[in-house]
Amino acid sequence: MTAHATTYGIPHRKMAMWVFIGSECMFFGSLIATYLAYEGRSLTGPYPSEILNIPVTSVSTFVLLMSSLAMVLALDAVQRADRRQSALWLLGVMLLGATFLGFQVFEFTHFYGEGLSLEQNLFGATFFVLTGFHGAHVTVGVIWMTTLLVLLLLGKLPPERSLDVEVAGLYWHFVDVVWIVIFTVVYLIQ
Amino acid sequence: MTARAEHHSLYGGGPLSWLTTVDHKRIGVLYGVTALLYFVVGGFEAILIRLQLASPESTVLGAESFNQMFTMHGTTMVFLVLMPLAAALFNFMVPLMIGARDVAFPRLNAFSYWTFLFGSILLNLSLFIGQAPDAGWFGYANLTSKQFSPGMGIDFWVLSLLVMGVASLAAGVNFVVTILNMRAPGMSLMRMPLFVWMALIVQILILLAFPAITVGLVFLLFDRFFGTHFYIPAAGATPLLWQHLFWIFGHPEVYILILPSFGIVSEVLPSFARKPLFGAPFVIFSGILIAFLGFGVWSHHMFASGLGPVPDTAFSLATMLIAIPTGVKIFNWIATLWNGHIVYRTPLYFAVGMVALFIIGGLSGIMHSSPPIDLQQTDTYFVVAHLHYVFFGGTVFGLFAGIYYWWPKITGRLLGERLGTLHFWLMMVGMNLTFFPMHFLGMDGMPRRIYTYAPDMGWDDWNLAATVGAFVIALSVLVFYVNAVKSARSGAPAGPDPWDAATLEWTTSSPPPEYNFAITPVVNSARPFWLHKYGPTRAISTRTREEGTPPQPDAPVETIDLPSPSWWPLVASAGLGILMGGALVGLGVVLLGAAILVVGVFAWALQPLERPGHPAFGPGAPA
Amino acid sequence: MLLDVYQDVIWWSVGIFVVVEALLLFAVLRFRRRPDDTGMPDQVHGHTALEVGWTLIPAAILFFIAIPTVRTIFLTQRDPPPQADALQVSVVGHQWWWEFQLPELGVVTANELHLPRGRTVLFTLTSADVIHSFWIPRLGGKRDLNPGEENRIWFTPDSIGVYEGQCAEFCGASHANMRMRIFVDEPDAFERWVETLKGPAPIDTTGFTTFLASGCAACHAIAGTPAQGKIGPTLTGVGRRTTIAAGILPNTPEHLANWLRSPDSVKPGALMPDLNMSETRIDTLVTFLYGLQ
Repeated sequence: MTAHATTYGIPHRKMAMWVFIGSECMFFGSLIATYLAYEGRSLTGPYPSEILNIPVTSVSTFVLLMSSLAMVLALDAVQRADRRQSALWLLGVMLLGATFLGFQVFEFTHFYGEGLSLEQNLFGATFFVLTGFHGAHVTVGVIWMTTLLVLLLLGKLPPERSLDVEVAGLYWHFVDVVWIVIFTVVYLIQ
Repeated sequence: MTARAEHHSLYGGGPLSWLTTVDHKRIGVLYGVTALLYFVVGGFEAILIRLQLASPESTVLGAESFNQMFTMHGTTMVFLVLMPLAAALFNFMVPLMIGARDVAFPRLNAFSYWTFLFGSILLNLSLFIGQAPDAGWFGYANLTSKQFSPGMGIDFWVLSLLVMGVASLAAGVNFVVTILNMRAPGMSLMRMPLFVWMALIVQILILLAFPAITVGLVFLLFDRFFGTHFYIPAAGATPLLWQHLFWIFGHPEVYILILPSFGIVSEVLPSFARKPLFGAPFVIFSGILIAFLGFGVWSHHMFASGLGPVPDTAFSLATMLIAIPTGVKIFNWIATLWNGHIVYRTPLYFAVGMVALFIIGGLSGIMHSSPPIDLQQTDTYFVVAHLHYVFFGGTVFGLFAGIYYWWPKITGRLLGERLGTLHFWLMMVGMNLTFFPMHFLGMDGMPRRIYTYAPDMGWDDWNLAATVGAFVIALSVLVFYVNAVKSARSGAPAGPDPWDAATLEWTTSSPPPEYNFAITPVVNSARPFWLHKYGPTRAISTRTREEGTPPQPDAPVETIDLPSPSWWPLVASAGLGILMGGALVGLGVVLLGAAILVVGVFAWALQPLERPGHPAFGPGAPA
Repeated sequence: MLLDVYQDVIWWSVGIFVVVEALLLFAVLRFRRRPDDTGMPDQVHGHTALEVGWTLIPAAILFFIAIPTVRTIFLTQRDPPPQADALQVSVVGHQWWWEFQLPELGVVTANELHLPRGRTVLFTLTSADVIHSFWIPRLGGKRDLNPGEENRIWFTPDSIGVYEGQCAEFCGASHANMRMRIFVDEPDAFERWVETLKGPAPIDTTGFTTFLASGCAACHAIAGTPAQGKIGPTLTGVGRRTTIAAGILPNTPEHLANWLRSPDSVKPGALMPDLNMSETRIDTLVTFLYGLQ
């Protein structure tokens, strides 16, 4: 009997990522619920309708969605031992993720210039904490992708280790899905 | 292997080896020792509280000190004693009970312990500088805002809870994967021991409930450090947001605290009645139902907040509903004893004590479930009585049943029966003397969390009785520690199966070898060892021999590689602790902590788990 | 009504306690292994009919607890209350004292409140700082005072008497020292009490000068005088109150002097500063305050 046989035939780390994602749903769920509970309760502006820019954020949302596509392609390439494609698509995830973060930085700076800060009102508090934590998760993801890319370039990411990429992919897709919910709740349904 | 060699291989290796261990058994011992030390700290805090309240208008503790004492007592007992004691038993026993060699992520397991330890030290540092948190273990906003709590106490509280939350979440992931994915062949979910079932449910509860308090604490942190207004009424916010977030965590938390004891009792009673747990599937499903329903009752802690008749009704009915699966468990435990051949030993006493006392706590809980009644009882000593009957009578008695039951397996020696019996009776008397009068105090109008009371309220006598009871409890705990030390020094050797029990952990030596099982067992029953001993056919088999033949100790076995010890979980934990504690000092320390954390995590991720060529068992293993 | 639910549940609880504990105790004692118990007891695994039974019976008992509970919730929380023309009392919680306003009658008082027998009182509850809880055990259940929000409860006091109350939500250092007294009077005695709270107050001018000179008016009000401070409790009619410092000290010259000398030693954390007054000044003020009838 090998040391790594599992009861359900799923590798430990994959199951762990799913379990972790379940917990993170409650984490982001609490943040989103608070955003909704405090919607419309700010005593002073700036208010969401004055300041949220749907066209621009739609672009960054699209960018993040494309990064998930790149992630799927990266995993496939690693499993096929196609080193060139693996590097390309992993780089793609990184760059698209970093671009999304760039949009966030731009947006936050712009809002701050318009007078929306953490302390300004309830919208500022709930918006920045919610999207800020999401952005922190994306950042962790980008660092993770960078690490995988470096390992790949050092020849340490053969198909036998594709689980590492798959697990990172699960995380990345989850962060993407959370953004879809945030975009819908915060931007689209005002 | 000789017994001495087995002792050496588990607890040997010198003091430094404890810092790098990734062995679930040693990590369990670390949790247990730490928790038992904090038990004394939390108990001492309770004694100070009871000394102050023994008589009206007493001056043992001033208002500010008293408020710090009850805050620290509650926080310590919940997060630094009850949860880690359960973690100790989960850590040591769960892999053994499912026939595994360790948990799914051994280094993550070590990380959980060190993170818990650093978080607990951060909390207690506040005592050393005289600025312990003082807003209660449940810290209601907006009393906890910077305006009304300008000192550092609340900051310590928030930061240490966040750190310890990380430890619990990591353990949650670890144990869910372990229990689902590492069971011995043949051990279907319905053949899993009840203690493991309760462990699984508890970890799922932790994973789903802790995020709510994490978010609540993050909001409080931001309010206090960054000027947000999540809980500031003047900005349009409501302090009730904290109550909702806290209790969405807090109610599942009480099930996190009691289910391990329910699991222990479900193991101990069958062992000492010498018959199976009655209605095991029903006990399992009751546990699942309690956990599930437990997420739907949180506002029964808020009946006085003014939510309105409809929410009050909904939460009241949901709370009453939970009484049903709880009752089912109690009846099944009684039926387990019924017609048994009950062997009287200390683990049995504590298990029966747990059931008896939990019945009382459960009944006062049913009273609380009715808002018209609860509006008199909430925030009074009636609630203090209720919560101590379930947490002390329920959780603590259950944990002691587990400690006495599994002590031989963990240490290789028995705890003394006479001291154990004395411990039980003293604790039983002390507990009831302390907490039963509190029902009357509550009904007589004594609110909770008050540092003093007027002499003409008629509360003097019961308060004095409660204080006497507290000292009796303290004495009983001392008896336990004496028993523990005596056992460690000169206790009778236990052998592998001192209680003639039914589950897999008793098939190993006491203590088990580092690798737990030389050969992974294959089971075909929920009581594999019992049937192996007493059944018509052998219920535990291995791949290297045919069913029906006794085990061959020198049959060829595979080489067992074990996860190698590592410094990185400790480093990463230290980084996290320094990062969070650094928030009280300055940005430089925070960044230092972050850097250590990042280095620790990367080094850990890049370090292989096992060192091939250094097996723990089989050809090439140390003798 | 409340009492009915309470007694209902108490008797069920006692009954269940006796039966279940007796079964447990019996099982533990009766089935102890005896020397002649060789072999194994019957390895019974379960009994489905029993499981169904002991699931349905508790469910039925809970049903009998739930019905009166829900009925009582809706009856006691009816808003507006059933009796028309309830007396409105506005309660504002402060660290660590109670402010009572009777808006229809135009009077304000603190820590001690009189109510007329037989008339429903509708309390609107809020807080000026942190969460407190309004609780007079012998008159009714408690309700929290949440800052920035308003809760409403009502009850109808039907017996003459003095009722003690206390804050029931931890609110800081002197939470234990935030008490109150409710006096239920005959209606005409209540009316007379209300009159004493209206201005102008007969005041001793020397004392009042000292009062103003000591800065007391910055925080305290006396109806019918220029002193209109809103930070601390109103002192209108303070000479008539039976207790001071929110119900923790009997209202005697000695206690009042102690309070003025050092509020923080009477009530830890008290927001009234230590004014370092001379004994003469304190005496003058005590005399003055007792004159506020």
